[in-house]
Amino acid sequence: MKKIEAVIQPFKLEEVKEALKNIGIDGMTVIEVRGHGRQKGHKEVYRGQEYQVDLLPKVKLEMVVPSSRADEVVKTLVTAARTGKIGDGKIFITEIAEAIRIRNDERGETAL
Amino acid sequence: MSSLFLLCLSAAAVFAQAPQAVPLTIDQKLAALDAATKAAQSAGDNAWMLVSSALVLMMTGPGLALFYGGLVRRKNVLGTMMQSFILMAVVTVLWALFGYSIAFGEGSPYFGDLRYVFLEGVGSAPNADYAGTIPQATFMVYQLMFAIITPALISGAFAERMKFSAMLLFTVLWTTIVYFPMAHMVWGKGGLLNAFLGGRIPCLDFAGGTVVHITSGVSALVCAIYMGKREGYPHEAMKPHSMVLSFIGACMLWVGWFGFNAGSALGASGLATSAFIATHFAAAAATIGWVVAEWIGHGKPSVLGGISGAVAGLVAITPASGFVKPFPAFAIGLAAGVLCYLMVTKVKARFGYDDTLDAFGVHGAGGTLGAILTGIFATSAINDGLKDAAGKVQPLGLVDGNGQQVINQLIGTGISWAIAIVGSLVILKVVDMTVGLRVDKDQETVGLDLSMHGEEGYNLDS
Repeated sequence: MKKIEAVIQPFKLEEVKEALKNIGIDGMTVIEVRGHGRQKGHKEVYRGQEYQVDLLPKVKLEMVVPSSRADEVVKTLVTAARTGKIGDGKIFITEIAEAIRIRNDERGETAL
Repeated sequence: MSSLFLLCLSAAAVFAQAPQAVPLTIDQKLAALDAATKAAQSAGDNAWMLVSSALVLMMTGPGLALFYGGLVRRKNVLGTMMQSFILMAVVTVLWALFGYSIAFGEGSPYFGDLRYVFLEGVGSAPNADYAGTIPQATFMVYQLMFAIITPALISGAFAERMKFSAMLLFTVLWTTIVYFPMAHMVWGKGGLLNAFLGGRIPCLDFAGGTVVHITSGVSALVCAIYMGKREGYPHEAMKPHSMVLSFIGACMLWVGWFGFNAGSALGASGLATSAFIATHFAAAAATIGWVVAEWIGHGKPSVLGGISGAVAGLVAITPASGFVKPFPAFAIGLAAGVLCYLMVTKVKARFGYDDTLDAFGVHGAGGTLGAILTGIFATSAINDGLKDAAGKVQPLGLVDGNGQQVINQLIGTGISWAIAIVGSLVILKVVDMTVGLRVDKDQETVGLDLSMHGEEGYNLDS
């Protein structure tokens, strides 16, 4: 099993969710986050007082999928979340040791 | 058409047949007509003044509360709104007990006597000295709304760091020691600066440039300096948490200001219309002034700049509104927009005081500018209320050829500054020594909403 974490532009969330649903991925956790990579923030001015805003709002999706489907999910994510501009976000993949369904103690990929 | 004609005929017949036991003499008829005319005028004037009273109250809550509340950080939104709102209650009590009497009782040039304490004798009969066509009770409640907003304006300077108890004690003392006497000096019968009712230094202040804006703005500066900066100012980010709230508040201030300035005509007269127009024109010009200055100075025309400019223009036109023509009103507004922009961006940064919401930069600076420009642009063509003993209309400002008025305005401005500075310093010292002025560091970090009031403004997850 693999955990796929994708940090994307907030306005792309609906499109990404839709695309994932279309390939049969229906479990995910969505977190509102703030951060920055190479994208620089912006400047705001209130009555002459300047504020540099470095941390921009993003949305982070987390989902754990069977290893065999990881590539397909990543491809879908990239296609749906891409605008081609700086600030589109990143995807990180990690190995997952175990998954447990709390309701009935099911284990492994069937618990996903 | 013919049926209408018939209707008129029959109506006339009814009037003609009305029984009259004793025919009225001409004198009696004239007296009845005179009374009916007065009652009609009083009804019109009173309607406008009651509406104006409500408009001025709306400037404090929700106008100022929203304007200031949006400009602070999220953790202080309720604390800031409460500082305006609680004055709607507290100042009302002070006003009824003794405030109205100190401001508008006859007495020394500095404060009124105690004839109206507990509102004794303030009823439906007009007080001819102040407003001869409306009940004195209407005049009393209208003036109350001014007494409410003035201390509320100061709260912009000590926002985000003053204890609620300290703020209550400060404003009770300030309203009593600074505002009531100042209102008497400028508007009370026999007041030192009252041009229309026997003041020794005749100043022109139509709706409160000195009484409201200079006293509150200058006191705000004293508070900001005395209390010191907020924790983390200016290196920590302290952005306004909701420009939307501030925008709504500022627009309500603009509308409410028609009650403030046009209402100061104390009747639904042509003078009220003139003040209404001057008020609106100045706000428009000041908006443009600030926005253009900011566009040039910082590259972008901000919404905060636009609404701040409008307020600056409204402040500056306040003393002049019932004395100036429309185009001088444009000029006053434009000057205020640019001056106040420079005050809050350049001057504040240069001196480094933390006037949190720019109460001094807008009300102190705009009020002072307006008071002085009133001496230049005031004209008897707009306001012929100033007459000599023979009933001859007197010239008002420099444009009427009365250069002395500019000097008088400067003296009046100086006196307002002096009273505000001395009064505020003494009161701050007293409050500091008794209940203490500032919240402690932890409370400031948590925010006033939780530490002072036990609530939060936005419980978005509940």
